[in-house]
Amino acid sequence: MSTMTYLQAISDGLREEMRADDRVFLMGEDIGVFGGAFKVTDGFIDEFGADRVMDTPLAESAIIGTAIGAGVVGLRPVCEMQFSDFISCGFDQLVNVAGKTHYRFGLNVPITVRLPSGGGFGGGPFHSQNPEAWFMHAPGLKVVAPSTAEDAKGLLIGAIRDPNPVLFFEHKHLYRRVKGEVPGGTYTTPFRARVALEGDDLAVIAYGAMVHTALEAAEDLDGASVRVLDLRSLVPLDEEAILDSVRRCSKVVVLDEANATCAAGAQVAALIAERGFEDLDGPVVRVSTPDVPIPFSPPLEQAVLPSVDRVREACRELLAY
Amino acid sequence: MATQAVGGALAEGSAGELTLSDRVALLRYMLLMRGIEQRAMTLYRQGKVPGSFYDGFGQEAVSVGAAFAMAPEDRLCILHRDLGAHLIRGVSPARVFGQYMGRAGGVTAGRDGNVHFGDWRLGCVGMVSMLPDMMLVATGMAMAFRLRGERRAAITWFGDGSTSRGDFHEAMNWAGVQRLPVIFVLENNQYAYSTPLTAQFAVDPVERAAAYGFPGVTVDGNDAEAMFAAVFAARERAVDGGGPTLIEAVTMRMHGHAAHDDMKYVPAAQLEEWRAKDPIQRQEARLRELGTDVEAIHEEVRAEIDAGVEEALAMPMPDPQTATHGIFATEAQELLDGQAPYSGWARR
Repeated sequence: MSTMTYLQAISDGLREEMRADDRVFLMGEDIGVFGGAFKVTDGFIDEFGADRVMDTPLAESAIIGTAIGAGVVGLRPVCEMQFSDFISCGFDQLVNVAGKTHYRFGLNVPITVRLPSGGGFGGGPFHSQNPEAWFMHAPGLKVVAPSTAEDAKGLLIGAIRDPNPVLFFEHKHLYRRVKGEVPGGTYTTPFRARVALEGDDLAVIAYGAMVHTALEAAEDLDGASVRVLDLRSLVPLDEEAILDSVRRCSKVVVLDEANATCAAGAQVAALIAERGFEDLDGPVVRVSTPDVPIPFSPPLEQAVLPSVDRVREACRELLAY
Repeated sequence: MATQAVGGALAEGSAGELTLSDRVALLRYMLLMRGIEQRAMTLYRQGKVPGSFYDGFGQEAVSVGAAFAMAPEDRLCILHRDLGAHLIRGVSPARVFGQYMGRAGGVTAGRDGNVHFGDWRLGCVGMVSMLPDMMLVATGMAMAFRLRGERRAAITWFGDGSTSRGDFHEAMNWAGVQRLPVIFVLENNQYAYSTPLTAQFAVDPVERAAAYGFPGVTVDGNDAEAMFAAVFAARERAVDGGGPTLIEAVTMRMHGHAAHDDMKYVPAAQLEEWRAKDPIQRQEARLRELGTDVEAIHEEVRAEIDAGVEEALAMPMPDPQTATHGIFATEAQELLDGQAPYSGWARR
């Protein structure tokens, strides 16, 4: 065990898995000598060489497409999108090639795509998005989004070892803000939800950076007992853990940072409406970002991203229902 | 850098020499491809093939000649007018007919139709409809071969329309930058659906290869032996570390884009001109001159197709209960080697 930031835990997961499995190699823009836009692969090129820490042309479709080719002939590529926003340029390869290959003719596509996502630091409309739901809607892709350092490492190694294409959403705002105890060596974290805070008056269901927003909001809720469920995995979605939280608390706030329409939280709310209705003692309340591009200027950005105050207010209203 | 490749058989004794039995095999695979597709069109008209039906009539030499030059350990991403490549790798006619008819015994067991398949056990990855996505997948396979220091190559086919999309550029650039052992076969069949070459590009895309740092060659795509020679040479270059090659196979799509397309946008004179260049007749003429009994080959192929249709018609339709199965893999697979009938591989 050692204390690491969320970012260090991601680096540690990559490094340990590369040491353990020589089929694993990294592809991305500026990840070699420069060490990546966020320095996740800082120093990797010295240990593993330029072939396994590959600086690629600036071409996201090619990064995904060539990773698919390398994966089906036996390697284990881990692709870095410099920002998750840029995955729009690789969308077709992921959705149409990677996601459908196993269903169509039984060949698995063992690739991992790392996607630095999320806002909160003035990144503007092209460096702040949370595009998880685009891929939840595309069959054949797994989607995970850790909130802690320990889970970041374990989910990443789990993603690399999974025989399917896995999208690993790492929230940029957590990189250096979140720290925790992280086991050494290699381990995998299951693609299932985790209870981040026990409680039985109300449940907040969240993932990624919003887990921390929920935990902060729960600290000052007039003594109410709040449960925070950290989804960790969006595909597969841990439906039993969600329904269990509904049964225990009967009041649910669904929180995500993505734009509201058809977001992961919308899927959670739909699941509760279909299968948890009888256990509810109030409407399912959603807190998310309105359907706008993420604006650049801090007052505008703060106006749209879910804040601790907004979450607390939503919880108070629901507790009083 | 574009050059005209020389057609016909290669010099005696050189690597890539075709024996008489190889030259017969080229004819046989072309006949098998054409025969299967003609029979499938009949099955389509009888309502036994759902959706629409796409064929490669007139283009048989492109896939047959090229795939014949690939070794068992090579890997292929095959396009929808290139059934011959699947047959060469070892997919049986029955499994092809089962595929067309959406049967449980088809290559994709009803998950996908037409030539949208690839048998990974034979070293092939099935195409998707977003052309030319597979150029990148083939480039990635070649990248893995280079990273592992293996003497293997990847090949992929795509059409003239594909040269307009970004993935064409991204694959050509990536393969050029990393000097990868990949062969790009540009199947120039004059039309992308109804769009002629004049509306697709201002400069023949074979010229673009030079801009990416590797050779582009133009080949008579209706000559199976010329296709074999060009791809064999490109493969040799690739496995020796020489990097990629773009091969433009000039041919003609003699049928519509699919069964519903009456092709009224193609001038009759253009079709007449190309009918005279039929790749199968050309190979037959060669072999007749060498004393081969071409009719006997026709008979064998017909019998094989009849048996394939019979076997496929006996295959059950897929169980509707399985429609949601297999979205995710539970274990890892990896492409396996395919059949490679060229006699040169046995001689190595």
